[in-house]
Amino acid sequence: MSPYDVLRTAFTSMGANKMRAGLTLLGMVIGVTAVISLMAIGKGAQESITSRIESLGTNLLFVRPGASSQGGVFGGQGSAGTLTLDDAYAMLDPTLTPSVAAAAPELSIGGQIVAGRENTSTQIIGVTPEYEFVRNYSVASGSFVTAGHVLNRSEVVVLGSRVAETLFGFRDPVGQTVRINARQFEVIGVLESQGGSAFGLFDDQALVPVTTAYYRLSAQRTNQGGVSVGSINVQVRDGYDMDTAVDEIATLLRLRHRTTEEDDFTVSSQQETIETLEETTDVFIMFLGGIAGISLLVGGIGIMNIMLVSVTERTREIGIRKAMGAKRRDILFQFVSEASLLSLGGGIAGVVAGYVLARMLDGRDLAGQPFETAFSTDIAALALVVSVVIGLFFGIYPAMRAARLHPIDALRYE
Amino acid sequence: MIELENVSKIYRMGEVEVGALQNVSVRIDDGEIAAIMGPSGSGKSTMMNVVGCLDVPSEGRYLLDGQDVGQLSDDRLAEIRGREIGFVFQTYNLLPRLSAQANVELPLIYGGRRDRGKKAMEALDRVGLADRASHRPTELSGGQQQRVGIARALVKEPRILLADEPTGNLDSRSSEEIIAILRSLNEEDGITVILVTHETEIAAHARRVVSMLDGRIVTDQVQEQGAHEVVDEPI
Repeated sequence: MSPYDVLRTAFTSMGANKMRAGLTLLGMVIGVTAVISLMAIGKGAQESITSRIESLGTNLLFVRPGASSQGGVFGGQGSAGTLTLDDAYAMLDPTLTPSVAAAAPELSIGGQIVAGRENTSTQIIGVTPEYEFVRNYSVASGSFVTAGHVLNRSEVVVLGSRVAETLFGFRDPVGQTVRINARQFEVIGVLESQGGSAFGLFDDQALVPVTTAYYRLSAQRTNQGGVSVGSINVQVRDGYDMDTAVDEIATLLRLRHRTTEEDDFTVSSQQETIETLEETTDVFIMFLGGIAGISLLVGGIGIMNIMLVSVTERTREIGIRKAMGAKRRDILFQFVSEASLLSLGGGIAGVVAGYVLARMLDGRDLAGQPFETAFSTDIAALALVVSVVIGLFFGIYPAMRAARLHPIDALRYE
Repeated sequence: MIELENVSKIYRMGEVEVGALQNVSVRIDDGEIAAIMGPSGSGKSTMMNVVGCLDVPSEGRYLLDGQDVGQLSDDRLAEIRGREIGFVFQTYNLLPRLSAQANVELPLIYGGRRDRGKKAMEALDRVGLADRASHRPTELSGGQQQRVGIARALVKEPRILLADEPTGNLDSRSSEEIIAILRSLNEEDGITVILVTHETEIAAHARRVVSMLDGRIVTDQVQEQGAHEVVDEPI
């Protein structure tokens, strides 16, 4: 029996029961659509996060304190308060670190900001003036934190656009007073909205001078004196190699910290941060795909169910075909190809539907967040392959039952 | 040549063993036309299934042209059915979703033959149904359906044609047409025709009549020439 005859036979028998074939197909369509659209949503979120980080510039390095270990208790990466404001200033000295263009330390703490009857919990970050251009921020109104503010531990704050909107609505917050952790702060500026980011991460924050954050807001102080910071963002001077910069910074910090054995800090590049983030979001995408995969499995069981019914119903037909000279494999191919066609058809329709759905959701506002999706052809191809495999897997058992029928019993079947 | 040597066929119905065929020996030469008669349950259909390679004997040997069929694999049996043996059933057994022509083409698909459409049309023409080729079985009368069944059996140019109660569901006029076609296939094409029936009028058309009862052959006689000259017009 030629492949053409196999396919023609399969199409004829599916055409004989269009409603049933259609409903079985629908099961596969829903499964594949779910996989495609959920993966597109996951990919979209991942891309918007990484593109946001990439937009900060690719010449950034992050210096973080190492892990603390006190009395055998390991505090985890970044928990040791070994990095100080003076470390950041020292990097600006071109003798040891000529590759550093700017160093912007930051110290983040959680906090609640209150303005009149409005309040919001947000990330409060202690910064220096360098933070503005290292992070590519711009001020929409008012001004940024100045060196004078840092020196005087001034109680001033620059609000992220989302925070400003929450607290003040459409009024201009500049010159107003807010309370952060029960202290009065003057609002000196509002940041331009970064937009586009999936989680609005960069709009939902408030910036204060790093010294203010440390002395007035932070509960934690180092015993070595000096202002300890959470991390230092380093911008590498144009024309300098990232690896060279990493080496220079490491040497400087080793000298300053007088470390002889293990480093009490880590230096990572933008690229590494993106890679780590992608690893995390990949898990998230796989999780979404896994959930969608369950519906694909249900679709496959639907195919198996309908094929079993079909084999029983067509027992007599199988008997006739066998009497006419059909071999076992002819019958096997007939039913397997029917199952595969159903699943492939459902797969193709599902890919199209998933693509349309992903495009429809793209750019829409969902719960106040702009939603981004990314349709990828490899996932579409994978979904098609998986759906055919499902068809084969769930079709093979009913087909084997059909192929094994004894011609006499099949012919006598009423 | 068909030779059954001490063939028994035993079915198991739960605990009970039923001997559908008991020690049957018979030989049918090429080009013969034979009727197998007997009441229902006499084993005539079982014998037909064995001869048609749809079933294999439990005991004894079935030699088809000297080849022991009991030793063959399922696929080999399917090949023999597809090439050498044409079946005509009491209930026609046409596939309802296919046109008459597509039904006739069926054995050629499994035989992997070429020119299927042309051969199918020739076969339909032979049974006088060339103008009904695109009709579905449900659009045809019983007699026409059975003629499609015969076309399907003869399209592969078989050497043996097995007809199991081919006129069982037909009126007398259609029955005569069917018998006339079967006879012409035997006389003009030299196809061995074996006809299972319980009607004496139908059996009268065969030169040889084998009577069965309770799984055994009771009589096996060759009739006088001329005894069956009831329908003799050319088709």
